[in-house]
Amino acid sequence: MAKITSLEDLRKIKASATDQTSARSEGKTRIIIGLGTCGIAAGARAVMEAVLEELGKRGLKDVSVEGTGCIGMCQQEPLLDVIRPGEPRITYGRVTVQDVPRIVTEHLVNGRIVEDRLIGRAD
Amino acid sequence: MPTYRSHVLVCGGTGCVSSGSLKLQENLKSELAKKNLDKEILVVQTGCHGMCEAGPIVVVYPEGTFYTRVQPEDAAEIVEEHLYKGRVVKRLLHREEVTAEAVAHYNELPFYSKQHRITLKNCGYINPDNIDEYIGRDGYQGLAKALLEMTPDDVINEMKISGLRGRGGGGFPTGMKWEFCKKSVSDKKYTICNADEGDPGAFMDRSILEGDPHSVLEGMAIGAYAMGADEGYIYCRAEYPLAIKRLKAAIAQAESYGLLGKNIMGTNFSFELHIKEGAGAFVCGEETALMASIEGERGMPRPRPPFPANKGLWGKPSNINNVETWANVNPIIIKGGEWYASMGTEKSKGTKVFALTGKVKNTGLVEVPMGITIREIIYDLAGGIINDKKFKAAQIGGPSGGCLTEEHLDLPVSYESLTGAGAIMGSGGLVIMDEETCMVDVAKFFLEFTQAESCGKCVPCREGTKQMLLTLQRITSGKGTMEDLDTLEELAVMVKESSLCGLGQTAPNPVLTTLRYFRDEYEAHIRDKKCPAKACSALIQYLVSPDLCRKCGLCAKNCPVNCISGDRQTPYVIDQSKCIKCGTCLEVCPFKAIRKE
Repeated sequence: MAKITSLEDLRKIKASATDQTSARSEGKTRIIIGLGTCGIAAGARAVMEAVLEELGKRGLKDVSVEGTGCIGMCQQEPLLDVIRPGEPRITYGRVTVQDVPRIVTEHLVNGRIVEDRLIGRAD
Repeated sequence: MPTYRSHVLVCGGTGCVSSGSLKLQENLKSELAKKNLDKEILVVQTGCHGMCEAGPIVVVYPEGTFYTRVQPEDAAEIVEEHLYKGRVVKRLLHREEVTAEAVAHYNELPFYSKQHRITLKNCGYINPDNIDEYIGRDGYQGLAKALLEMTPDDVINEMKISGLRGRGGGGFPTGMKWEFCKKSVSDKKYTICNADEGDPGAFMDRSILEGDPHSVLEGMAIGAYAMGADEGYIYCRAEYPLAIKRLKAAIAQAESYGLLGKNIMGTNFSFELHIKEGAGAFVCGEETALMASIEGERGMPRPRPPFPANKGLWGKPSNINNVETWANVNPIIIKGGEWYASMGTEKSKGTKVFALTGKVKNTGLVEVPMGITIREIIYDLAGGIINDKKFKAAQIGGPSGGCLTEEHLDLPVSYESLTGAGAIMGSGGLVIMDEETCMVDVAKFFLEFTQAESCGKCVPCREGTKQMLLTLQRITSGKGTMEDLDTLEELAVMVKESSLCGLGQTAPNPVLTTLRYFRDEYEAHIRDKKCPAKACSALIQYLVSPDLCRKCGLCAKNCPVNCISGDRQTPYVIDQSKCIKCGTCLEVCPFKAIRKE
């Protein structure tokens, strides 16, 4: 390990450590993916992996990715919910791997809901 | 560097390790690998969460799901259900009582939500073996600020403003103590960390050392800079092997980053740190005995003055602070003394960690602001008394402390208020007792400990505690006289006033406070030969109620000394001359036909 000789060195380590542990912080944008048997059968795992890849590519560290069980809308799986702080929970249905970059760019970065995949909105 | 979507935090404190958390970590890792999830989910070993009784503890982020009593066999289910399919494993969620509703999230548990964690903020949240995670939580920012932006006097001034007082129990203002040491002129000075935590039931220092060792190292380095020391010792008892292991790793990592050792952060401040393993004598928590032990002498106290600030380790000016005190330094330097002084009471600032044990629903470590009442600690954080029995007393400050009663429940906790009630803050041990606890027995228990730990140097402590203990043993075995009470009180005051060090000066506290608040129990033992709480075995009898006995013979079958006789026709009878009062018969009787009197 290189010696720390300035405040700048210390800040750099702090920034990278904060990134590494970002999964443990709260109060940020959440992506929730349906990972019930129905979701997995419809391809939710691939969607999950695509989400992680896209977030990594764009360097979005303040987004938490969570799984959830079946909510009973199996015909619409894979389901993907986005909750931005202070905004309603937006649910997308029949999400494909190809939709993921669009949802991340449009919704997470630009704040615009991707209407053609939208199936619900809840406060 | 891969970004993990989820972190699974597994407690690696001593409590959870002994209940199987190492095997659990292994199993979690292998199950994740089986599902190909090891690239997106990280298993992290953390320090203690404080709720050791419910260990091993697992917290799954980002959700913050809080699992307790997780066994190694549960790993597959957590991975399959929670991490793969996103379904919380309900049966592993924490419940305060069997009947109570399960609580899913960390921050919804009253045990945590009512705490104010400053020294424990990283415990259970970071991996103590990874210095980067500590730095990520503002670690070493305090040291950087002190070295690069503050003079030693600024640092001492900030400590004075904060109002922080010694958390080892003495309660001496830390800033003033540092100033004394700084003003001492010498070519060599030492800073010392007292990690000789010896109170039965207290483990806050161990938790900090195991869960956040860098916070102590950083505090000591800041102190050394302020006082002009260049060498330090951590005196840690050898019974804390995990704490010592983590400290060693932490020191090595800090040295390789240049945060300890020569020319720290490129400045001309150097600080070298050593660990001294103590052999576990209670008296070595006393500062002069501790220094004697570091020097290789027998651990015995010496009279003060000279105080360590003038003549300490190897005759050089030294400063000794307790683990918890050192852990408070970094936050005070970063956020300022005024921030710290905004918490607590007029004369006792900030927070204090208590080790809760005894007859409460949640036991463990809690960090709360000074000024909180005992009632809030017992009923809000700890969830109340087990089986909703009646609260009787709280022993605060360990064997050197005293007991508080129902009338003190609403007393705001501070150094002054506790001393006024006859107890002391001590290191923060808090034993809660219910109506089934015998207070004479409690006094005897603590005195047995201090008597055995007396180093024997001064007569009052060596002889006085022994005679007090013999008197208490007489009383609990039903052979006491009313004169014994006067002798006991007289001796207690004498030992308290004339002992050489803190051990003897505080050892009589449990006796004095129980005599003050529960004199009637002492009198019942002596005059009526009865133990009101039915705890002292010499004063109780187990009896069979003939009308309730169904003559099943279970009691006789289970009696270890075969002192119960009877048959299908005649009710069973206990032979009192042979009975050893073990209570087995009462436990096994299905018809509640056996009673304790």
